[in-house]
Amino acid sequence: MAENKHKLLEVKGLTMDFGGLRAVDSVTVEVHEGEIAALIGPNGAGKTTFFNCITGIYNPTKGDILLHPKGLKTRRLNGLKPNKVTEMGLARTFQNIRLFSDMTVLENVMIGRHCRTNAGIFRAIVRGKKVNQEEQEIIESSYGLLEKVGLGDFANEFSKNLPYGAQRRLEIARAMATDPFLLLLDEPAAGMNPHETAELESLICKISEEEQIAILLIEHDMKLVMNISNPIYVMEYGKKIAEGSPLQIKDNRKVIEAYLGEEADA
Amino acid sequence: MDYFLELFFGGLTRGSIYALIALGYTMVYGIIQLINFAHGEIYMIGAFTALIVAGVCTIYGMSGISILILAGTVAVIYSCAYGYTLEKVAYRPLRNAPRLSPLISAIGMSIFLQNYVLLAQTPDFLPFPRLIPDFEFMEPVAYIIGSPELVILVTTFITMILLTLLIKKTKVGKAMRATQQDMNMARLVGVNVDRVISLTFVIGSALAAIGGVLVASYQGQVNFYIGFLAGVKAFTAAVLGGIGSIPGAVLGGLILGWAESFAAGYISSDYEDVFTFGLLVLILILRPAGILGKTSKQKV
Amino acid sequence: MENFKNSIIVSLWFVFLTFPLMVVQVNTMDQIVVWRWMNMVWVAIGAFVLSYAWRYMLERQQVRKKVAAEGEETRSRVALLLEDMTFRYRAMGVLLIFSLAFPLVFDTYQTTIMISALIYVVLGLGLNISVGLAGLLDLGYVAFFGVGAYTYALLNHHFGLGFWTVLPVGGILGCLFGVVLGFPILRLRGDYLAIVTLGFGMIFKVVMENWDNLSFGPSGIANIDKPSLFGMDLGISGSTIYIYYIMIAMVIFTILVTNRLKNSRIGRAWIALREDEIACVAMGIDIARTKLSAYALGAFWAGMVGVLFASKTTFINPASFTFMESAIILSIVVLGGMGSILGVILGAFILILLPEYLRAFSEYRMLAFGAAMVIMMIFRPQGIISNLRQTYEYRGSKEKTNNG
Repeated sequence: MAENKHKLLEVKGLTMDFGGLRAVDSVTVEVHEGEIAALIGPNGAGKTTFFNCITGIYNPTKGDILLHPKGLKTRRLNGLKPNKVTEMGLARTFQNIRLFSDMTVLENVMIGRHCRTNAGIFRAIVRGKKVNQEEQEIIESSYGLLEKVGLGDFANEFSKNLPYGAQRRLEIARAMATDPFLLLLDEPAAGMNPHETAELESLICKISEEEQIAILLIEHDMKLVMNISNPIYVMEYGKKIAEGSPLQIKDNRKVIEAYLGEEADA
Repeated sequence: MDYFLELFFGGLTRGSIYALIALGYTMVYGIIQLINFAHGEIYMIGAFTALIVAGVCTIYGMSGISILILAGTVAVIYSCAYGYTLEKVAYRPLRNAPRLSPLISAIGMSIFLQNYVLLAQTPDFLPFPRLIPDFEFMEPVAYIIGSPELVILVTTFITMILLTLLIKKTKVGKAMRATQQDMNMARLVGVNVDRVISLTFVIGSALAAIGGVLVASYQGQVNFYIGFLAGVKAFTAAVLGGIGSIPGAVLGGLILGWAESFAAGYISSDYEDVFTFGLLVLILILRPAGILGKTSKQKV
Repeated sequence: MENFKNSIIVSLWFVFLTFPLMVVQVNTMDQIVVWRWMNMVWVAIGAFVLSYAWRYMLERQQVRKKVAAEGEETRSRVALLLEDMTFRYRAMGVLLIFSLAFPLVFDTYQTTIMISALIYVVLGLGLNISVGLAGLLDLGYVAFFGVGAYTYALLNHHFGLGFWTVLPVGGILGCLFGVVLGFPILRLRGDYLAIVTLGFGMIFKVVMENWDNLSFGPSGIANIDKPSLFGMDLGISGSTIYIYYIMIAMVIFTILVTNRLKNSRIGRAWIALREDEIACVAMGIDIARTKLSAYALGAFWAGMVGVLFASKTTFINPASFTFMESAIILSIVVLGGMGSILGVILGAFILILLPEYLRAFSEYRMLAFGAAMVIMMIFRPQGIISNLRQTYEYRGSKEKTNNG
């Protein structure tokens, strides 16, 4: 129900070719302020490739990726390096958890603060008052984020020692440390049991409401998607085959066919 | 013109040797993504073993081309044994370790093997008997290409053909190709991956040994250190042609051989090594996949 | 019984394997063959015993892996001791006192050996930045060392510049080389990076050997000035002691700076780069700049200590800057424990001092070195001292506690 909310991300006709293979075919997606949008579809539909194009890991073959930060100039993200994209306010998590295993939980989040701070080599060696303050700010804000995702007690543990569900939440905290206004979550509930998924659901809602961060998530867990997201975009074989509210998507014939095959009846 | 031809055949000969050694590097890298730093030492051990056998034969009265064949065969057998043992002891335990570990292990084995030969034998340069007789029919062209060169070229050529047949036409070759493309999948369809990897090392070592014997009889001397330099150059050849690609190794070897030969002949022989390493660096910076290699995109 | 059979087979295999090289010796001068049967006996016995030892160590490793996987990780007594901060401070204090008193207790020869070890400590700590922290595999590190050494040698030879003047120049020039060489290799990963840096190292050595006009070729540069102390003439033992204390100061300086770097914003970025480049860049870190800074900063130390090396030996030639040196320095970092400062220091001492004090076995030094590399990688890849990360205190204005 978009009541003229500010459009944050506008992807127009995105196409990604790998040699002869068209992984993403002319997909158009929009994410508005305050939304939790979802991108769903069967495996191999091109959802993660879509994410990778937006975040700068791939340079799209065709199309436009436009970022509209509130109060600032519109930026075209095509071909920008991933760190630039993150700097502009678009953060992400990964389908296969990519934590820094040899660092502690707290330090993983502190890395997220890197692009928002600027102590360089010289100031790392010659520690003035400003640098120490900055370091302390990094520590405190990172710890705050850990508490928000419920990992405050594990701050000094090595991240590789965390249980799986906690690792996923850590990735979210780390992404949030980059101060994004739009968060891309790639299958955050993968491998979680129903209890963990419920916790994740409330975490995502909390982030959306309290932090005022818009969210675009890729997910396979339909319950989670239907509960919290609106709008929902559906991809199959690289193309967008449907978009709409949860109710619209639930009854959409093309979507049902895509997931269950032609003969199925909802 | 004659000078050009001389350099051409010289380069071709060099290149063939590089190709033989480079094949060992490229096959091992293709299958387990390891730069086998100790491969040059296998080549050196092959040469040394041939030297010892040839020496024993000569002293006990044998002579002629039969020494070469006997020495060569024994050298190949021993190099294969060393290659097999090397993989089993130093690399197999590290199959699942992060990339740095097997690399360090390989460097360690290289150092170990060099010093092993140094201590077991001698640090000096040992003379290698000229086992290849001068063929009479080569007389007229002897000023641009001699009998040893011919033997090297013919041997290399035959070896390449045998290797290609092995890889393309036999069941074993198929297993090797499958393992190279997807080790886990190959294991799942019943390929004995450990054995395939051992076989790769063994074949690579055999080729290196052949190269070692040929070069030793061509140059007339061996020393515990020849493996290192030959190894780095052969590795350059493998990278140049595209590491992991068998035709690439051959192509890279030939190109390197010619480049070195012509550069030394027309420019200056002092900077030969700089030229080789410079070429290596340039290729890696401009086209790390090599001439025939495939650029692979990392899956995110 | 099974083990016994196994070991017999292993023993026989190694007897076969080593037969030509260990047993047969061809004496071409006298045209005889020497059969060294004793060697065969040694190989047989040695292989038999070692196979038992090897099997035992592998089994222990499997057990330890299983225990760790089940989460029941019990740290050994030694590990716990090393992690305790009070112990570390006390140990460092003792080390400091010992090293300050060293030259006064031991003779010039011993002091010279110590200086060598300290040079490797600085080299190890420098390489620790590129390899240990940032994960950039550098096999040509010795080139930066050579740059520093030749800078001092040439500036001293042509312009008479003294040690103290050139010391910062050596470091800066090393750093510059690091930037220049680092630029083209930013995109390279893992093995390719290793080989390119290997190439750089070899190119440096060969160029120095052949560019006679610049470097005076293989014969090198002699009569380099030792460091001066207000123009006094200290004599051999005096200047050795002087250089020793300079090295101590340099080591302390290096430790302090690298420790600060390691536990800073940029240090964390380096470790993130090492751990996962894709996640690192997704978190907003400029990969190119981060890689370049690690590479160049690592080079700085090599350049700086290269100046001291030249002034200590007063004679340098390309033969000091081979791939073997790079391999040794790399081993110090890897065997000591990637990223761990204490580990690198220990690694340097063990790898450099041990051979010196076991002079009787000096022939086997490189052999043992190669074997040690393989064994460490198989049985203890994390090195002597595994990496400890900082623990932080938060909520309020408390200070950080410092580990590592």
